[in-house]
Amino acid sequence: MAADSPSLKPVPQVVAHSVRRERSGIVDWLTTTDHKKIGILYLVTTFVFFVLGGVEALLIRMQLGTAQNTLLTPETFNQLFTMHGTTMVFLFVVPIMAGFGNYFVPLMIGARDMAFPRLNALSYWLLLAGGLVFYGSVFFDPPAMGWTSYTPLSDEAFMPSAGVDAWIFLVHLTGLSSLVGAVNFYATIANMRAPGMGWGRLPLFVWTILVYAILLILALPVIAGAVTLLLTDRHFGTNFYDPANGGSPLLWQHLFWFFGHPEVYIMVLPGFGIISEVLPVFARKPIFGYKAIAASTVVIAFLGLLVWAHHMFTSPSPTVVLVFFMMSSFLIAIPTGVKIFNWLATLWRGTIEFKTPLIFAAGFLSQFVVGGITGIIVAIFPVDWQLHDTYFVVAHFHYVLMGGAVFAVFAGIYYWFPKITGRMLNEGLGKLSFALMYIGFNVTFLIQHTIGMDGMPRRVYEYPDVGNLVLYNRISTVGSFILGLGVLVTIINVARSVKRGPVAGPDPWKGNTLEWYTESPPPTVNFDVVPRVRSVEPMKDIRREIERNTGVPVAEAAPAPESLVRG
Amino acid sequence: MGRNRRHLITLTFLAAMVATLVVAPAAMADLFTPESGGSSNADRISTLYLLTFLVGVVVFIGVEGTLIYALIKFRARKGAVAAQIHGNTRLEIGWTVGAAVVLVVLAVITFAMLPGIRDPSNSAPGAAAALASPVAAVGEKRVPPDGKALNIEVNGQQYLWRYTYPDGDDNNLNNPFSYEEMVVPVGTTVTLDIRSQDVVHSWWIPELGGKMDAVPGYTNYAWFRIDKPGVFHGQCAELCGNGHANMIAKVRAVSPEEYREWIAEKSASIQAADEAAAASRERLAQDPNATP
Repeated sequence: MAADSPSLKPVPQVVAHSVRRERSGIVDWLTTTDHKKIGILYLVTTFVFFVLGGVEALLIRMQLGTAQNTLLTPETFNQLFTMHGTTMVFLFVVPIMAGFGNYFVPLMIGARDMAFPRLNALSYWLLLAGGLVFYGSVFFDPPAMGWTSYTPLSDEAFMPSAGVDAWIFLVHLTGLSSLVGAVNFYATIANMRAPGMGWGRLPLFVWTILVYAILLILALPVIAGAVTLLLTDRHFGTNFYDPANGGSPLLWQHLFWFFGHPEVYIMVLPGFGIISEVLPVFARKPIFGYKAIAASTVVIAFLGLLVWAHHMFTSPSPTVVLVFFMMSSFLIAIPTGVKIFNWLATLWRGTIEFKTPLIFAAGFLSQFVVGGITGIIVAIFPVDWQLHDTYFVVAHFHYVLMGGAVFAVFAGIYYWFPKITGRMLNEGLGKLSFALMYIGFNVTFLIQHTIGMDGMPRRVYEYPDVGNLVLYNRISTVGSFILGLGVLVTIINVARSVKRGPVAGPDPWKGNTLEWYTESPPPTVNFDVVPRVRSVEPMKDIRREIERNTGVPVAEAAPAPESLVRG
Repeated sequence: MGRNRRHLITLTFLAAMVATLVVAPAAMADLFTPESGGSSNADRISTLYLLTFLVGVVVFIGVEGTLIYALIKFRARKGAVAAQIHGNTRLEIGWTVGAAVVLVVLAVITFAMLPGIRDPSNSAPGAAAALASPVAAVGEKRVPPDGKALNIEVNGQQYLWRYTYPDGDDNNLNNPFSYEEMVVPVGTTVTLDIRSQDVVHSWWIPELGGKMDAVPGYTNYAWFRIDKPGVFHGQCAELCGNGHANMIAKVRAVSPEEYREWIAEKSASIQAADEAAAASRERLAQDPNATP
């Protein structure tokens, strides 16, 4: 370079010494460092785990369809809910958000790829390794201590099963995967944004992935340390969690939930991001209060690090601790409420097009509110003394994670499928899938609030036939199968459309963000030219410019004369 | 056209809200509140739950109502144009403060009701009070204002609950005890010291108040006062292994006289068993081949 610099002759920017033959088929998928292919690997792999976790859930519901059922042994039942919880948290919701992030963060910020493509591939293969190690335990002795893995139950004395060790390695491997992925996201978003894309013009989904990455970096080392201590307790004679030798089971609970609660926001914040992208596109209206939504993401993440012991309100703890964690949990409701109000205001006075992504986003809103309200109820610690560890809590967190995060994931699938494959999903099947999932979800989980208040704890394989428990549980079981059917319809929809769906074109929804600027599916380099970004909605600006230059109106809502345009 | 329909929808929502508030308490016993009726702390938790729930219902109706209204009213139609609004600072500050105010109200209600839930009350006067003896407030343990209660030790073990009753002396080895079923006198405030000897369990009788975890190496505390004889069912609420679902607990409340008799019976049978064991030890000491 130094030798060339005095020369005034143009110097070629890229020098190729040879042309590599394009790898084909399986080899290409195994060796790819393209963020889009890795994104697809992530999405497909995590969806497979979603189906596995779903089948486990259906088995659990079948067992509980009637009192004193003998379908499953208590041991199998405990293994199933352990697998279900672990799968959904570590192998589905967290990594599928990384899948969307992988595919769309570079596209939305106008970058060619992630900052560290090979690290990106590593993060996917670590995830898969974690999943395989964990599911390998199915062939010998799956873990049966619940996904929270409370000590001393998970100590060797009470659970010698190697399944617990498989669980520990899953946490290590998927944790490492998420950590390198998080560093990659952070570096990409901080350094590779399109010209003109300041922090105030970053798409809201990218904001949430940024915060997701930061939370992962803060929370994961804690659980990695905690499970390492558990591993040495189990096999190498240490006593970190053993009360008989000066250790403390509460230490585990604190360490676990110090990770476990931020993990909830790690799972749900990118879902918020998807909703913040989908609503304005289909309401044909700018997002209401961009700054408030971005800021509330950051505030939720910060407060999310300070609420962990609200999972431990029934543990032996001083009242002052309970009061602190109740108040910090209350505080989180404020930024969360702000988001909900902003989303409602985004729909207000829009022209809402009822496409499947919008319907899933609306379903998300209506269900997430329930999870938020019950969240406040269980944050009140004297009330939680009754509700903790019952089906009420099960209902609460499914409203947040299934009704919230997973419905957001489905909104994302229907929204971005045309970009990923170049083909549209079938709208009719999409709406059918939504209807089944929405009805199924609410039939399954609404009644579980009551089941819990009637005194049924979670994680029991049988229950006495008292009151209406059998009726309520049967309602819940029926709902779970409707929900399962709804998910199946989407799988069929994807399978049908991936090859034969109508061609989507680059921008089927008239989107707002840069991923719609390129072809569908995008070429390896993503963009030939990266446009200068002048607002949060660069595509709207581009369409307006085309309209100005050609005089041909691009189907687009014009500003209403009486509107309060500010930016 | 807009005005009339808007009125109609507003009225419908108002009617729905009023109907919920009126009808709900009637159907509440089973569907809408936690179990209660055994002890005043459980009743107060249920009341606190109900208050929070009603606030939640108002928020729920407000949000879902707005959502449904917006989805219907602002659906894309020919000629409809979306308002290009980017935000409204005053409105946004308004609902942020609004949310905070609701939470402050809930916090105030909670702190006002907390002592009645957390702190044991005095025993009923008379025979019930006579069964209470002074208990020390150590650590987080709360005691009734008069400092007296019937203190029972609850010990969780895979997959049983063991209860140790006070017998008035300092020797803890000869106290009456029982498994699974706890017998208590009505009217007497019962304080519980909850411990575990293996894994984490959780003591929970829904009608007698909240659950408290039994964590090995720690002591946790709970209390109740039952005013009418009856049997109250519960079970372990923290996963403790394969037998978790069958780790049940029962509290039987009887009159103070019956309680005295039951304790005397237990003490006598424990003493008889001790004496029999002592006798057989002696026999074995004299002749190792004797039948024990």
